[in-house]
Amino acid sequence: MSRALVPNETLANALGANEFARELDARGHEVIRSGGFGLAWLEPMLVIDGQAYGPVRDLDALEEVALGPVDEIPAIARQRRIVFDRCGRGDPMDYDPTWLLDQLRRPPREIIAEIRASGLRGRGGAGFPAHIKWQTVHDTPAPQKYIVVNADEGDSGTFADRLIMEGDPFCLIEGMLLAGHATGADTGIVYLRSEYPLAARIFAQAIAKAGELGLLENFVMELFIGAGAYICGEETSLLESLEGKRGEVRTKPPVPAVTGLFGQPTLVHNVISLCSVPGILGMGGAAYAEIGVGPSTGSMTFQLAGNIQRGGLYELPFGLSIRELVEDWGGGTRSGRPFGAVQVGGPLGAYLFEEDLDTPLTYEATAKLGAGIGHGGLVVFDDTMDRLQQAHFAFAFCAHESCGKCTPCRIGAVRGKETVEALAAGEYTEDKIAVIAELCDVMEEASLCQMGGMTPIPVRSALGIGK
Amino acid sequence: MGNDSAIRELVSACVGQTGAPVTALRKIMAAHGHIADGHVGIVADVFNLSRADVRGIVSFYSDFSTTPRGRRHIRICQAEACQAVGCRGLTREVSAVLGLGLGETSEDLAVSLEGVYCLGLCASGPSAMVNERVIAHATCEDLLP
Repeated sequence: MSRALVPNETLANALGANEFARELDARGHEVIRSGGFGLAWLEPMLVIDGQAYGPVRDLDALEEVALGPVDEIPAIARQRRIVFDRCGRGDPMDYDPTWLLDQLRRPPREIIAEIRASGLRGRGGAGFPAHIKWQTVHDTPAPQKYIVVNADEGDSGTFADRLIMEGDPFCLIEGMLLAGHATGADTGIVYLRSEYPLAARIFAQAIAKAGELGLLENFVMELFIGAGAYICGEETSLLESLEGKRGEVRTKPPVPAVTGLFGQPTLVHNVISLCSVPGILGMGGAAYAEIGVGPSTGSMTFQLAGNIQRGGLYELPFGLSIRELVEDWGGGTRSGRPFGAVQVGGPLGAYLFEEDLDTPLTYEATAKLGAGIGHGGLVVFDDTMDRLQQAHFAFAFCAHESCGKCTPCRIGAVRGKETVEALAAGEYTEDKIAVIAELCDVMEEASLCQMGGMTPIPVRSALGIGK
Repeated sequence: MGNDSAIRELVSACVGQTGAPVTALRKIMAAHGHIADGHVGIVADVFNLSRADVRGIVSFYSDFSTTPRGRRHIRICQAEACQAVGCRGLTREVSAVLGLGLGETSEDLAVSLEGVYCLGLCASGPSAMVNERVIAHATCEDLLP
């Protein structure tokens, strides 16, 4: 009897994985619902006795889509999978806690020292050094401390949080428990967006399993489902939402590490930041810091999306160029038309063009372009992209998603949208560009959070307005 | 389901949970399909909030609707990764066939059309959802009844 790994992952399921699992079972295979490998263009990808097949359309024509041994697929073998090391390899609930229990016996200061040595920076977008937050939460005396996981993955072009929560939820549970142990927090809450129902089901199952394994005797773990608000990916908006309120952002300082959820010290981290922790402790912080380039240490879970041949998740050391990712890994546009632009780092990221493609993907190099690496998502467009339309969308999206608390964002986005509309209608071109440039300056300088503060990035880059 | 005592029971079960009012409203949506005027009062009462507070929460989150949605609720992703592979054209096409704009529901409540910002299938767009079913590489035929 053969052993068949069939991904239980949203994309693979949308493309028929559930039906293939049932059919393989009926044919007498031992079917294991695993995580996905993240190679979107090969989904649904089945691994039968170590041999991969994908994209599978018909179980009777597997040989036509044979990919060879799974570990020899170049798009997997050439990655540096640290976070995603286990993902796709088996049943995510089949978990052995021995390693974790050993790590949880290490003194907190030793764990924080490893995080410091690793140079880990937040993978959610801001890129803030993780160890500073850990140390701050650890050092702030309080009756209650929290770990809050930001799984409100709203950036278009990103799906790393979803893939890991569906495929290896115990990686996140390990990260949360280790962070809790190191900082003195005994409660962890995952804020997951409502658009990810399968991730919610699998993660809830993993929490129950963690309880059965005795991992939650001194730690409370909760899963909270959001209600459809992009702004709740902003950490203070997320905390408000977790308190059951409108997700309006808070002014900082105080930072959440001092005054966070319900006024208590709170370590807020993106899913991938916490999922990097087991790998760091496994290899040691110093070894992790060897990977990558300069202060951009370790691996980044890049997600290649949009108009792209071979889109998906590629976990790679920081430092490769945008061109390598888009052309070598991605194979260029899906439409076959010439490359047009790539938006790096989500809806608040810059549109970059041909002349920028040799920029290395590091926090520092992208910052020099006035861009950001964000959550690692890259959205590719072909040459039919309309720059004015994308600038319009950036303002429209901000208007739609603004929490409304501060004026520059609430009013600026609407006025920006109207001004781009007037520009598109051919009214007073130069005058309108000056108005947009000024609006961008005000939004950037005076908005309370990055929603209004970074909307100028896609607008300026799409329209070619200098700062 | 949908009578007031059942809704009150549903809401009361959330008391004590983290972020309870948001969770309670999500449960009302799941059970009743929309949040009616009376439900706002129940949530306000159970959590000792003003009705204005509860309305504020309802209007803030796009998952919450105060009017019924269609039995076939079609959501098409409008975000950048799907724009790059034609979601604007797909939306226009679906919209023309249904005679509905984004955010509109047919009078007989058979179908409603809504935009959504990202379903996390960004390498396989355009993506869409019909009720609970997620669709990658969506076409007009996939979405229509």
